[in-house]
Amino acid sequence: MRVGLSIRQTRGEFVKRVEEISGQEILACNQCGKCSAGCPAAMAMDLLPSQVIRLVQLGLEEALTSETIWLCASCLTCLSRCPKGVDLPRIMEALRQLVLRKEGDRLELSALPADFLSEAPQLAIIAGSRKYLS
Amino acid sequence: MRYLYFPGCTLSTKAKGFAASGEASARALGIDLVELSRWNCCGATFPLATDNLLALVAPTRILLNAQKEGDHLVALCSICYHVLKRTNRLLKEEADKREKINLFIEEEYREEVQVLHLLGLLRDEIGFEALCEGGQKRLQGLRVAPYYGCLLLRPFQEIGLDDPEEPRILDDLLASLGCEVVEFSHKSECCGSYLAMNSSEVTRELSYAILRSALASGAQVVVTSCPLCQFNLDYRQGEMAAHYPGFAQIPVLYFTQLLGIALGIESDTFGLADHHVDPRPLLVSRGLQ
Repeated sequence: MRVGLSIRQTRGEFVKRVEEISGQEILACNQCGKCSAGCPAAMAMDLLPSQVIRLVQLGLEEALTSETIWLCASCLTCLSRCPKGVDLPRIMEALRQLVLRKEGDRLELSALPADFLSEAPQLAIIAGSRKYLS
Repeated sequence: MRYLYFPGCTLSTKAKGFAASGEASARALGIDLVELSRWNCCGATFPLATDNLLALVAPTRILLNAQKEGDHLVALCSICYHVLKRTNRLLKEEADKREKINLFIEEEYREEVQVLHLLGLLRDEIGFEALCEGGQKRLQGLRVAPYYGCLLLRPFQEIGLDDPEEPRILDDLLASLGCEVVEFSHKSECCGSYLAMNSSEVTRELSYAILRSALASGAQVVVTSCPLCQFNLDYRQGEMAAHYPGFAQIPVLYFTQLLGIALGIESDTFGLADHHVDPRPLLVSRGLQ
C-alpha cells in the first residue's frame, strides 16, 4: 500500500482529536508490538492494536473503520505491559468515541436474544451501553 | 469492625448469592458490612475518554454518600471496585475536574473516602492465616483455579491491590481455606467483558481459553470476584460443549461462596442453584453440601 504523508496529516485535526480525547501522546509509541503480542482478542481483529496506533500516528482515518476498536474489551493488558506507558485503551476509546459521536449507536439492545437479556448481569448491559451507544 | 459497603446493581439482582455469601462470611469474621443508606449504579465502566466528565458523576455520588456516613467504602464486585477506586483517585489528583463535578452535583466531595475490596480487607485487616485458625479445613483437597480477570488488578498504578502479572491474593486466600490451588496460564486474561453484548463468539472464545487452561491444570472449580467474568465463564459453557466436543463443564463460583462454606456457614442463601453449571454435585461429593 502506498501512503502519502504530510505534516498537515500527521499533525492534523484527526490526530489532535485522538490525542485530546485519549490524553495520550500518539508519537510516544515506538511500535514495539507488545500490545499486539499480549492482546487476548487479537485473534479476532482485522488490524493488530499496534497497527491501529500506527495508522493514527500517520494521521490515517482508516483506524476508524477497523473492527479492532470494537473488539477491544478495555482489559488493560496492553497498558500494563507498554514499556512507553502509552494508554492504548484510552486511544481505542477515543477512536470509538469519534465514531459514536458522529455516526451514533453501534448496538441495538432490542435485537439481543431474550434469553441472553434475561440472564445477563446488569453490569454487562450497562457497560455495553456505555461502550456501544452514543 | 464496621465498614460501609456498596453492593452495586448486579449483587442486588443477578448475583444475590455473591452478596449474601460475602456479607455472611464477613460477619462470621467480625466484619460488619453496613450497606450505604443511599446509592446508585457506578456506571460499570470507568470512562477512558478524558472529556467524559458526566460518566464520573455516578461514582462520585456514591463516594459522596459514603463520605456522609464514614471514611471507608467496601465493594465485592471487581468492576464496582475498579470504577470507584479510579474515580476516587482522579478526583484527588485532578482538582479542576473535581470542582466541575462538585458544581454539577451541587455538593462537595472532599475525596476523603478510602475504597477497599473485601479481598484486600480480609488480607490486610484480618489476615488469611486467621481465617480457619483452629478450625477444620473443610475445603481440603478441592482443586481450585483462582481467576482474577482484569479490572481487579489493572491498572496497577491506580488499583494497587496486587501484582497484575503474578497476582497472589486469591491464591493465598483459597490456600488458607485448605484448597489445592492450581497454577494456570490464564488467571488474569480477559473473559471478553462487555464484548458479550456485541460479539458473543469472541467472548465465548476468550472465556473458553480461560476454562481450557484451568481444566488442563486439573481444576475442579474456577473462582472469581467479578459478576461479569462469572457470567461469561458460566453462561456459555453449553455453547462451548457444543462447539468443542470433549469440553468438560466446570462450575464457576464467587470466592465468597467458598469462603462461606469453609467457615461452616449455612449456604442456603448463597445462590448455588443459580449458576448455569451446577456446582452442587461437586460440593455434595465432597461433603460440603
